[in-house]
Amino acid sequence: MYLSDDFRLKVGLAEMLKGGVIMDVTNVEQATIAEKAGASAVMALERVPADIRKEGGVARMASIRIIRDIMSAVSIPVMAKARIGHFMEARVLEALGVDYIDESEVLTPADEEHHIDKRGFKVPFVCGARNLGEALRRIAEGAAMIRTKGEAGSGNIVEAVRHIRTIVKEMKQLTVLGKEELVHESKNLGAPLELVEWVAANGKLPVPNFSAGGIATPADAALVMQLGAEAVFVGSGIFKSEDPETRAKAVVKAATYYNDPAKLLEASEELGEAMRGLDVAKLPQEELLQTRGW
Amino acid sequence: MKTVGVLALQGDFEAHRKAIERAGARAIEVRSAEDLARCDGLILPGGESTTMLKLLDVEGLTEAVRRFGLEKPIYGTCAGAILLAHEVSHPHQASLDLMDIAVERNGYGRQIDSRIAKVPVNDGGEFEAVFIRAPIIRKIGEGVRVLAEYGGDPVWVEQGRHMVTTFHPELTEDPRVHRRFVEKL
Repeated sequence: MYLSDDFRLKVGLAEMLKGGVIMDVTNVEQATIAEKAGASAVMALERVPADIRKEGGVARMASIRIIRDIMSAVSIPVMAKARIGHFMEARVLEALGVDYIDESEVLTPADEEHHIDKRGFKVPFVCGARNLGEALRRIAEGAAMIRTKGEAGSGNIVEAVRHIRTIVKEMKQLTVLGKEELVHESKNLGAPLELVEWVAANGKLPVPNFSAGGIATPADAALVMQLGAEAVFVGSGIFKSEDPETRAKAVVKAATYYNDPAKLLEASEELGEAMRGLDVAKLPQEELLQTRGW
Repeated sequence: MKTVGVLALQGDFEAHRKAIERAGARAIEVRSAEDLARCDGLILPGGESTTMLKLLDVEGLTEAVRRFGLEKPIYGTCAGAILLAHEVSHPHQASLDLMDIAVERNGYGRQIDSRIAKVPVNDGGEFEAVFIRAPIIRKIGEGVRVLAEYGGDPVWVEQGRHMVTTFHPELTEDPRVHRRFVEKL
């Protein structure tokens, strides 16, 4: 599967998004602001995670009208979210022609045991992960891009940091193991041996590894990129801040110059208030979004 | 050994860096005018042309890259081809105007229309062309030489020291396109 033309094209688009910022948008106006600020793609959805968290109820695939309007308004790739396991929402999004589908824990899961078998789709998928086993299971199902889950809508970077550090550390550990140990690790990780062996040989995931969930400032974006993320998703962090346009530009700059503190300082000045943010440690277990996914 | 800069504002610059090394030159990532000053040639990689234009503008690099192109070779792939063009449509946007070509963005459609095709090269042989939300070159001026076509449209062209492909040789192991660029230095 990993050498098929289809899979290479899916990973290829993820390659093109590296070093960039993918922004959550809920209408044409926001999508246009995001594109003008330099977003490399937008994620079309009905409510940003912070509002889903606040308002509750079942969070589903966005309305087709919103996604279609955004697709006609911008020239950059448009992604949309489907519920975990909801392969028919995914089929609808594929028929609509979105450029990437996020099988996302931010929406209410449709299946509490299974994810979508993404191999049968022509449209590429991105999936969230908190650790290497989860990442490799999603890749085995056909995901062409992995992102850390973080804790969406929290404005708190701590979970994204935990997840990217965990994935990077678990990959490093595999690189020093012998063949028989990898068989054992494959069992521990709950991931196919073929993928475990690939990671052990290469020290990275076979697909691009991005970060999401709690990024609210330029420094947050730079932090996860320093830790190994190759691009960032910003959900509520931009359009829940005081001055979305300025913040959007600043995060774009930070994703490029994550290794240059002087440029990060420029990006961090005159930003206005960031989104308020939540202490993830004080959130009740049942309100965590990151625990969705299996 | 010659040094090729890869514009590293956004996109698949890492894949180009490796491709340049396979083609036998040194590769560096370019994020500033100082980086650019160390290069014998420059690659504008794949990615989002709107993002790159924005960052070039904000960082005051647009003029620096244009001036670089008046003296030294530039190779653009996909988004890079859009940046080098004289004219850009669908939608219209600014460009560096270093090559006499007109390109239409997302010429084949959206991601589901992305494709891998076997493309014959004009001087014999064929290669695997990876098109990802690729532009189509709609017009070429005099002095632009077509090195390969796909579906009746030019997909690999050069004009003087500059070169573009609308596909991504950096996503394959085939070093021929990058080698041709290194030979121009």
